[in-house]
Amino acid sequence: MSKTDALLTVRNLSVGFHTDRGDVTAIEDVSFEVRAGEILGIVGESGCGKSVTSRSIMRLLPKFNSFIVPQSEINFDGVDLTKVNEKTMRSIRGNRIAMIFQEPMTALNPVFTIGWQLDEALKYHTSFGKSQRRTRAVEILESVEIPNPEQRYDEFPHQLSGGMRQRVVIAMALCCDPELLIADEPTTALDVTIQAQILRLMDLLRRKTKTAVVLITHDLGVIAQICDRVIVMYAGQIVETADVYSLFKSPRHPYTKALLESIPQTGREHHQTRLPTIDGIVPSLFELPEGCRFQDRCAYKTQDCVDREPQLSSEVNGRKVRCFFPLCEP
Amino acid sequence: MQLLEVKNLVKHFPVRGGLLNRIVKKVHALNGVSFTVEKGEILGVVGESGCGKSTLGKLIVRLLEANSGEVIFEGEAITHLSAAELLPFRRKMQMIFQDPHASLNPRMTVGSAVGEVLAFHEVVPRQELATKIDALLSQVGVNVDSRDRYPHEFSGGQKQRIGIARALAVNPEFIIADEPVSALDVSIQAQVLNVLMDLKNKFNLTMLFISHDLKVVDHFCDRMLVMYLGYIVEEMPCQDIHADALHPYTKALLGANPVSDPAERHELTVLEGEVPSPYSPPQGCPFVTRCPLVTDQCRTEMPPLVEHAEGHRVACWEI
Repeated sequence: MSKTDALLTVRNLSVGFHTDRGDVTAIEDVSFEVRAGEILGIVGESGCGKSVTSRSIMRLLPKFNSFIVPQSEINFDGVDLTKVNEKTMRSIRGNRIAMIFQEPMTALNPVFTIGWQLDEALKYHTSFGKSQRRTRAVEILESVEIPNPEQRYDEFPHQLSGGMRQRVVIAMALCCDPELLIADEPTTALDVTIQAQILRLMDLLRRKTKTAVVLITHDLGVIAQICDRVIVMYAGQIVETADVYSLFKSPRHPYTKALLESIPQTGREHHQTRLPTIDGIVPSLFELPEGCRFQDRCAYKTQDCVDREPQLSSEVNGRKVRCFFPLCEP
Repeated sequence: MQLLEVKNLVKHFPVRGGLLNRIVKKVHALNGVSFTVEKGEILGVVGESGCGKSTLGKLIVRLLEANSGEVIFEGEAITHLSAAELLPFRRKMQMIFQDPHASLNPRMTVGSAVGEVLAFHEVVPRQELATKIDALLSQVGVNVDSRDRYPHEFSGGQKQRIGIARALAVNPEFIIADEPVSALDVSIQAQVLNVLMDLKNKFNLTMLFISHDLKVVDHFCDRMLVMYLGYIVEEMPCQDIHADALHPYTKALLGANPVSDPAERHELTVLEGEVPSPYSPPQGCPFVTRCPLVTDQCRTEMPPLVEHAEGHRVACWEI
């Protein structure tokens, strides 16, 4: 695989749910690529569809009430994940694509030791013998900077601190040297000092092993700190894509701009000033407006935005924006 | 003018266990905390989970009872008052909680949730109740037509506004806000912070603002206390905390915060060492296990909170 080839290409991914109030489309026409060694950030507020996106890649959405629209394509290293059978998916999931969840305590089984849980993943995905697996598990624990890995191997999740648990979850994800790591709000439940450790670890990983990372977060600080490219989602759609520097320097979509402005700034000149806000709330997926989904909260709304729905248009240097009247120069 | 004074507040939570369910160990949640709050100021309290910041808030309004120490409100010690004697103080002190969903009764309309407080404390005559509820709701930016709706019909930001309206119902002088914006999305967080700021200016409210987010505290508060393992390690004005911070823990917190602009990326500060257990805090300075400046003196003696500049106190031997 050459350097520019994408490891994961998602094209026109639309996912819906059957509900009591009828079918609803949670994400619509989501397309993006991730390359080896790259960290792609997906940012947006609750309910914008960022977790649905990640779960569809892993095929972890409940079968009985969700459906992937037929034209969707999730191409992972030449295989369309929407089409493969469950057996093939199982050989990829946890092995070539791994996932980290938000709450480490729910991702770990409280009645088994850390070692048992790491061993399970290795038993399933490798042909190692028992002692080899133990050596490998301890090695991985060491690589995520867990002190006394030999001792921790035999401990239970409740004996570890929150940050250490999250590192164990990352260790489990890394067991099989995945090519793609999907991290869904990996630091949201953690204190900043622990968050710093986890972010450093992820950055190290992609440098050392060229793992591609999809990092889902609502925290623009985390995006600014470690991502290479960013996707901004709003009400189930991508509204803007750009490399991280351009996005922060010259946001094109009014939503991106408003999000960036609503972070409290430090420093004397900003102290106790009123924060710019986005009026209103995210529209319900059941009552999406005609035209642009951001229209009710947008400061630049025109009649056009009410009548027609803007498409995601490509711009120079790989940026994309879904707006009739983009801000700033790209 | 001084509104609140906290003197040497201590709280230990007993942990029971064993065959006879005896007290086997204690969580040292607060280990002698003292500070004052001036009228009309917003005092921020920051620290990581488990540092005792929420316990502090609950002790002040007496949702928890302290082991020792005093809380003095408007010159009167309220730590040992009976429930009946405490009642007038309850009107003056109100609390806003982190999870707006959990703090509103799902079976009460928002109008009755706010009205209940008004009726109990007899804030307004019964016939004026409806007008007062409407006034309170519109004050925090909630549509008054929604007074007959139930909490689940509102978004998180709206629910938090209703929680604020309910706290304001009794015209309190002092508000304790325990992580009021932590559960909210950034755009909604900004809205709620603005509401709080407006109300503070309008009613000259005094506030204790508890948060784990240094950015928010830095932006919103006049002064802040930095807590670690049940101790105050630094107390300082929030004008320019990046330049003013002295304690190694405060600096580490600042350095661990992600940048807000990728152009200013820097290596995040990562604290080495173990987080000490609150069951057996270390002898000497509580930060000793993770501090980059640690000396022998730190391991044996607890550094006192010493004034370095006006309104700036630091507990560290190495400053």
